[in-house]
Amino acid sequence: MQQITIIQYGAGNLFSVANLIRRLGYTVTCTENPDILRQADKVIFPGVGQAASAMQRLQANGLDTLIPRLEMPVLGICLGMQLLCNRSEEGNVKGLGIFPADVVKFPATGKIPHMGWNQVSFQDSLLSRGIEEQEWMYFAHSYYLPPNDYTTAICTCNQIPFSAVIHKDNFWGCQFHPEKSAEAGQQLIQNFLNL
Amino acid sequence: MTLAKRIIPCLDVKDGMVVKGEQFRNLQISGSIVELAERYSREGADELVFLDISASLESRRTRLEWVEEVARHIQIPFTVGGGISSEKDVEALLARGADKISVNTSALQHPSLITRLAGLFGSQCVVAAIDARPDNGQWEVYSHGGHLPAGKELYSWAKEVEDLGAGEILFTAINRDGTCQGFATEAIARLTDIVNIPVIASGGAGCKEDFLEVFTRGRADAALAAGTFHSGKIRVPELKTYLRQEHINIR
Repeated sequence: MQQITIIQYGAGNLFSVANLIRRLGYTVTCTENPDILRQADKVIFPGVGQAASAMQRLQANGLDTLIPRLEMPVLGICLGMQLLCNRSEEGNVKGLGIFPADVVKFPATGKIPHMGWNQVSFQDSLLSRGIEEQEWMYFAHSYYLPPNDYTTAICTCNQIPFSAVIHKDNFWGCQFHPEKSAEAGQQLIQNFLNL
Repeated sequence: MTLAKRIIPCLDVKDGMVVKGEQFRNLQISGSIVELAERYSREGADELVFLDISASLESRRTRLEWVEEVARHIQIPFTVGGGISSEKDVEALLARGADKISVNTSALQHPSLITRLAGLFGSQCVVAAIDARPDNGQWEVYSHGGHLPAGKELYSWAKEVEDLGAGEILFTAINRDGTCQGFATEAIARLTDIVNIPVIASGGAGCKEDFLEVFTRGRADAALAAGTFHSGKIRVPELKTYLRQEHINIR
């Protein structure tokens, strides 16, 4: 039986992602304990809220040095994905630096936050198996990661393209909320758990 | 790739049952909370709103259990409102699976609540619900479930909640609620011009054409309805097919 662990560091709502994984038939542990995290088969790194305060909470538990060294598949969701990057303009904070790219704020030329269902263009990857090339996913964010070498799915907000999924080695990130994205989101989580 | 227009069924909950009234009165039981929630999630609703319209102290406690029960059965975004007046209320609801919360009366009484909640939980989490009706030629905002005039005018209050940090506005035209006479399209169009955050239109949905009109002429980002979905008069999949045929960007 796989050990699925969700990093619980006080940044947002773990209920839905834990609920979905349980419904897929797995057991889930939510923890900030580094020893338990190290033993996981899969780690999910969620996050809702503000980048600077989330980083502070990671630092308080030493998770800022632990996460980049994890060797099992890690999936960052929303703010979790953004924190895997080098830097975020939100609170001008240094991230975990796994992806050498910076997160910036959407300009106020259109409606922000980018909130709702938008169509994502997926490149073929392990995470996108069984998902349409153009699939609707649910987003809620005001900051974004411009497309870069690690982008494997792309989306657009007010004509600005941004990274919807990123991948480097054992680290994955998705800007949307798979746990809120109906069957397509569930498929993505299942694909991650199948890695 | 632009955001889809959202279709949002709303569960008005009183004493553990989904109810529906007309112009906020004459409540009738419409069905079971979990049954309806699950049906809408399965049928392709883009989001679900749960409004606790009894909001007594007793119902606050049981509300948490209902919220969790609903959250377990759906995989779409989930907004909870009704009697939310503190950071603690919000924290408890988010821990039970809500994604956003809506504030109404408490925000009218203490506008700074919106700013505090947005600061703690992010703007994307805070929906400002505004109930209003036309009185003597202007849209008057009401508090306490549409019962008391709040002494504010719709458009200025909408701008204010945006400035305070709300991530979305849920505007209900009280005079249209439950009438099936169509949305208050002109007021909604003006609202969407004034604010730069998404506007959810509510009150008056009676037929598929009402939704088309509120998305085109009203330029609403989302449309919410309750009774017309609960009764089965409009089914979400058929509505979405119709709107797609009419070239509305729909998931």
